[in-house]
Amino acid sequence: MAAAITQGVGATTALSSANSKKSRFSSRKSLPDRKGTFFVVRCDGSLTSGFNLRDSRNHRLYANAVATKQDDKTASTASKPGHELLLFEALREGLEEEMERDPRVCVMGEDVGHYGGSYKVTKGLAPKYGDLRVLDTPIAENSFTGMAIGAAMTGLRPIVEGMNMGFLLLAFNQISNNCGMLHYTSGGQFKIPVVIRGPGGVGRQLGAEHSQRLESYFQSIPGIQMVACSTPYNAKGLMKAAIRSDNPVILFEHVLLYNLKERIPDEEYVLNLEEAEMVRPGEHVTILTYSRMRYHVMQAAKTLVNKGYDPEVIDIRSLKPFDLYTIGNSVKKTHRVVIVEECMRTGGIGASLTASINEHFHDYLDAPIVCLSSQDVPTPYAGTLEEWTVVQPPQIVAAVEQLCQ
Amino acid sequence: MPSATEEDFMYAIEEAGDWREPILCYLQRGELPRDKVEAGRMQYKAWRRTKYEFEIHHLKQDVSTQSVDNGGSSSGDGGDCSLEKNSRKRRHNLRRPSKSTASMAAHRTTALHKTLATAVLATRHLSTAAITVETSLPFTAHKIDPPSRSVETSPQELLTFFRDMALMRRMEIAADSLYKAKLIRGFCHLYDGQEAVAVGMEAAINNKDCIITAYRDHCLFLGRGGTLLEAFAELMGRKDGCSKGKGGSMHFYKKEGGFYGGHGIVGAQVPLGCGLAFAQKYSKDENVTFALYGDGAANQGQLFEALNMAALWDLPAILVCENNHYGMGTAEWRAAKSPAYYKRGDYVPGLKVDGMDAFAVKQACKFAKEHALKNGPIILEMDTYRYHGHSMSDPGSTYRTRDEISGVRQERDPIERIRKLVLAHDLATEKELKDTEKEIRKEVDEAIAKAKESPLPDPSDLFTNVYVKGYGVEAFGADRKELRGVLP
Repeated sequence: MAAAITQGVGATTALSSANSKKSRFSSRKSLPDRKGTFFVVRCDGSLTSGFNLRDSRNHRLYANAVATKQDDKTASTASKPGHELLLFEALREGLEEEMERDPRVCVMGEDVGHYGGSYKVTKGLAPKYGDLRVLDTPIAENSFTGMAIGAAMTGLRPIVEGMNMGFLLLAFNQISNNCGMLHYTSGGQFKIPVVIRGPGGVGRQLGAEHSQRLESYFQSIPGIQMVACSTPYNAKGLMKAAIRSDNPVILFEHVLLYNLKERIPDEEYVLNLEEAEMVRPGEHVTILTYSRMRYHVMQAAKTLVNKGYDPEVIDIRSLKPFDLYTIGNSVKKTHRVVIVEECMRTGGIGASLTASINEHFHDYLDAPIVCLSSQDVPTPYAGTLEEWTVVQPPQIVAAVEQLCQ
Repeated sequence: MPSATEEDFMYAIEEAGDWREPILCYLQRGELPRDKVEAGRMQYKAWRRTKYEFEIHHLKQDVSTQSVDNGGSSSGDGGDCSLEKNSRKRRHNLRRPSKSTASMAAHRTTALHKTLATAVLATRHLSTAAITVETSLPFTAHKIDPPSRSVETSPQELLTFFRDMALMRRMEIAADSLYKAKLIRGFCHLYDGQEAVAVGMEAAINNKDCIITAYRDHCLFLGRGGTLLEAFAELMGRKDGCSKGKGGSMHFYKKEGGFYGGHGIVGAQVPLGCGLAFAQKYSKDENVTFALYGDGAANQGQLFEALNMAALWDLPAILVCENNHYGMGTAEWRAAKSPAYYKRGDYVPGLKVDGMDAFAVKQACKFAKEHALKNGPIILEMDTYRYHGHSMSDPGSTYRTRDEISGVRQERDPIERIRKLVLAHDLATEKELKDTEKEIRKEVDEAIAKAKESPLPDPSDLFTNVYVKGYGVEAFGADRKELRGVLP
């Protein structure tokens, strides 16, 4: 088992590209051996003594949970079309293309200009486009978000980068009261084509305040759209779509996904903001997920396939509004739904999605919807505790097995 | 003998149908009523009026320079030979100095104007000559040289100021009664007393400059080109309102006029205003943004954040603090350690302006615009006052005395100031101004009547304009068709 762990760790470090910020990827603590110490309380109230370390295979997969795409891309990349890049580079590409295309697009945020962005998404843009277009703001989220909204009222298309989504709480008044509402309360006179983006989610032991999953806080604001990207392909597409959209869009990225590598097309493409992505078609159960949990789900899917199940995995991407069409078709096919998300259990995206599916597709469901979300706790610092805050693949496997009995 | 020359009749206007008519007829045409007693009365009245006229005329002009015999040639248009006839009779009275005091003379000056108006049927001839007005107080400046106290204006502008301010005042008072009649619900924050800020600011800028303010926005909306109908319809929640009835009192917007609202959250409009200024700088417009806020909002953190950024990037933002001394119920000295709001910018220059004097406001805004285009942000503090409470649910007398309110109304009322200026420069008579006010009242009443007829919005309007592209509550329904939320 120890060997498996080391191997797992080794694999993780090998996969991460040379990037000083990635050091947090490699420091993984070993997992406890004791059985029954940690238990998972699922939303349907049953307890499972989770984490029976009978299966070493599970263990290794668990350690690899973040970046799985690497395993697939063993073939030589030179002969394939498109170009390979990391997720943050894809975001930058999308951003740059839009800035080229439309002179009204500008970026503002903390350290986006000269520093190049804390996650290097805006690296190289300030020397190219100037300080006014890639604006380094002081640490004043409330007012620079307000400024972006004011600028958008006159026709500019600003992109606000929050260094971490948790900091956007400071700008909540501007986002909720001004950004979401101005189009409505002005009777359609003003539109606010602003994009608010930034990383969120649970990282590697970043502490409670920097590991916020607050998609759910914004979901009831009328007038905004929310999307979450998970791969370089959809990051670039969603970034472009968000910039081109005339509505305010909040683009949720994830701290741990910035170094995902993927091959994306050379041609220009824009994705639909309201559409979900079919990751893996299947027959037995629909697993709905978004952002980082997609990778946990794909890990779990591998296990499930080996066990004989055929899960259909959908990355919902659009958190507001939900793509009920794709989801509905899937539900009509499989009749079972598992929602796996990183958002909080109480009032999270999963909770709304559960309500929505129940409302529209109740007749098609054979079993109650299972919603796996992260625990209703502030994210602890300790590594092991942090792992238990979010949903892990074994839990997903167990949930699917229980559902499909 | 001194005689009324043509210039004296220049500012007189035609008046019709009033008690002076018969006297006029007698003076001009010698017509007397049939009844002898009445005729005698008429003659006496005519004598009285002309006597006073010439007494005042004597006070005003140097009598010795005028020759009595000039009377014949000075009839001018609609000449008044009877005046001269009387004056010859009364020649021996003319050099007797009047016993009246200066104030009485002033009172009789008004009488003179009235009588001249009746005596002569001349039309108004406004000169376009510039008038220089002194502001009531000098400007107090912080880290900048204040502009001069003399403001250039023209008769047209003075009269426009009067009209606009009277219209705004009337609209606010009408809104007060509509609120009490429960046609306007919710919050209604009235601007009466503060009209000079709106009018003075408008006079200094064009409609490419942007104005953004908080919830006390009815009059600024009018100033930026909004119509009375749009305003009242919005207040009453009707379809014809400027925001289609979906905004309400606190959400008036006028995109074409450069008016960006209308915001309910205190202080949140200031970063938006800096954003407007940022966009102006980005597009190299040579226009400025006025972000208005109150003395209560001056303590908001986002204001200082926005000011820091505006100063950092030299944005053409002008932050205007409309200091009416009360943040809802809290007096400024109870909320702010330093109520000198124009100094709050520290490194940003500031100017304190008497906000009840429209010309001071105009001068300050002009000055601020020039400054902002060259050097970046500036803070203007308008020292103003609101007669109503904070909103219609606030009586306005629990935290201040009625004496204070009436004192300000007597001494510093902006409309009264303009009225005095108009009268002092002979641009209109009392009666004309009163007529203007009557006209305005009628206009407002008509607008209210029309607004009342406007329909309420359709239920389907609940879901329009949530998103651009007319999305409903859910963009795509389960069958990929646009699904709008269903009303119960």
